[in-house]
Amino acid sequence: MDKLNETIDRLGGVYLLPVAVAAVCFVLIGAPSSWATLTVAGLAMGMMIFLMASGLSLVFGLMDVLNFGHSAFVSLGAFIAASVLASLGGWLGSPSLMLNIAALVAAFGAAMVFGLIAGWFFETVIIKPVYSDHLRQILITMGALIVVEELILAIWGGTPFSVGRPAFLEGAFVIGDVTIEIYRFFAFMLGLIVYAGLYWVLNRTRLGLLIRAGVENREMVEALGFRIDRLFIGVFMAGSALAALGGAMWAGYETLITPHLGADMMIVVFIVVIIGGLGSVQGTLLGAIMVGLMSNYVGFLAPKLSLASNMLLMMVILLWRPNGLKPAVK
Amino acid sequence: MKNQTSPIVKLAVLAIAAALLFWPFLFQDVRSIQVAARICVFIVLVASYDLLIGYTGIVSFAHTMFFGFGSYGAAIALDRMGAGWTPVLLGGLAGVAVSLVVAVAVGLLSLRVKAIFFAMITLAAASVALVLASQLSGLTGGEDGITYRAPDLFKPATKLLVDEEGKVASLFGVRLNGKLAAYYFVFVSSLVLFLAMLRLVASPIGTVLKAIRENEARAEAIGYRVVAYRTFVFCIAAVIASLAGTVYAVWLKYTGPETALSFDIMIDILLMVVIGGMGTMWGAVIGATLMVLAQYYLRDLMGSASEALAGLPVLPDILSPDRWLLWLGIVFILLVYFFPKGIAGTLSARGKGA
Repeated sequence: MDKLNETIDRLGGVYLLPVAVAAVCFVLIGAPSSWATLTVAGLAMGMMIFLMASGLSLVFGLMDVLNFGHSAFVSLGAFIAASVLASLGGWLGSPSLMLNIAALVAAFGAAMVFGLIAGWFFETVIIKPVYSDHLRQILITMGALIVVEELILAIWGGTPFSVGRPAFLEGAFVIGDVTIEIYRFFAFMLGLIVYAGLYWVLNRTRLGLLIRAGVENREMVEALGFRIDRLFIGVFMAGSALAALGGAMWAGYETLITPHLGADMMIVVFIVVIIGGLGSVQGTLLGAIMVGLMSNYVGFLAPKLSLASNMLLMMVILLWRPNGLKPAVK
Repeated sequence: MKNQTSPIVKLAVLAIAAALLFWPFLFQDVRSIQVAARICVFIVLVASYDLLIGYTGIVSFAHTMFFGFGSYGAAIALDRMGAGWTPVLLGGLAGVAVSLVVAVAVGLLSLRVKAIFFAMITLAAASVALVLASQLSGLTGGEDGITYRAPDLFKPATKLLVDEEGKVASLFGVRLNGKLAAYYFVFVSSLVLFLAMLRLVASPIGTVLKAIRENEARAEAIGYRVVAYRTFVFCIAAVIASLAGTVYAVWLKYTGPETALSFDIMIDILLMVVIGGMGTMWGAVIGATLMVLAQYYLRDLMGSASEALAGLPVLPDILSPDRWLLWLGIVFILLVYFFPKGIAGTLSARGKGA
């Protein structure tokens, strides 16, 4: 048994989990082509959820602040991107690839800029007065979420809002008998790029060094003379912008969004963060991929169970590792 | 340091209790009795939530889930077995049993880790329960919910007392019919549950719970098993919420996701606890009463204000009843900032300072 554990650890430890799940489901599903489609869908979904969840996890790790209103950024991002895309409708349909890309960049850019601003506002106005008081933090951020959701409802109305997609992301490409939607592939690639960027910042730059040090021991970093509160605002804003980007991606993926989007995603984001372990980017990625894969596989194998699948996954993992799969060192 | 409740608060609570006791004789239209019954049920619900958030310092978002278990238990039993007391009893017990099992499972799973995990896990569990209720339409009636008949005693046609002519007797102009019996059923059950909770927090257990809230490590060091106490109080709160759900289901004669499980109810409970004041049973009474009254009457006021101002630019939009939740959210944030102790706590603190 020890030897087996050692081998598993050498091969990547808990990071093998998604691979194992994929392998088991390959056998269960039987048909390679549907398995491949589901896997791609799961990975794409996982990457989008990762975008939404990474900021939440980092903010918690760094400052012990749990932002229940995090999903407000997701909905804001989704609605702003959708509005920008709608107003640039002419560019979306045009055959010119450049105009397509310009519209997409404008939409995502607007969502992220708004995420940055909203993040700054949230941090300074809403969360700052209640640092180190978890109870009031939870209550206040929850209240803020309600307010933001109601504002979205007031501005965009309660009817589902349809989201345009640029022409070059429509459709699917076929390899053998495997169909892969282009948008999913795009979502996966974008998520991967963001993850690589985050990884690089956190592990290869001085800024990242400070953030990691702050996660591990905030007081020590402060004592050494670094302004960790400024760092925290930066991380918070970046996390909000990522959440808004995730929301924008999700809007394009769903193509029909309602103001409840944020609240619905919040549950998934929480589950991901809990599974992954609060405060670690790698853990969040792992959790997001697991949730994405599981919900797609289970949705195919046992549609009735799909609603509870995330919950079950979380229970199993918490029983096995009460602090999540890959918690930040603390 | 003993936290003395101010006499004003106690007087207010007594006044509310008296008003609720004589409510059917004071106001006789259907709507105001509806309001009174809702106040009774929500006082219990909010007080049981306060056991968690105010007395023990744990934040749960699954309180409506337990309320829903009780409601659906009674509703399904009444629907399947027909009107009568046996289904109410069986359904209520089933609701309590399910609540207990889920509470123990959630508690043991997550109360031992960080408190913040608990908030997230209960939120996830509550949303799963809500989705399940609307999906398992064979059992729960889905989005439409279940309509059923209450026990015969509560039918409006039932005569509690008969005068010489064989008609329903009246007392102070109020007809003693089944509706009245139903209201007093709600009132008395709520009162019993509330007094039980009052007893609980005054007992040594209540003191231990407060000790855990104030300083967990120290409570553990003195020798109290924090996890056990937390799980215990979580179960108690779940059972009481479930019973309140059963009572409300019998009163409403309808149970659906909107009345029993929706997240809006959770938000209401949170607001009531915060308005009334966390950590006092009295606060729950004040908070629940104010909120329910505001829900029923302030909202109408907003609607008519919005209509009256129809000609003006922005004002009607801001005051429209659809924006109700927006205002609640803002009020909620401001309250948590400036009056974290709520009405009861703030009044008591002022009384002490003077």
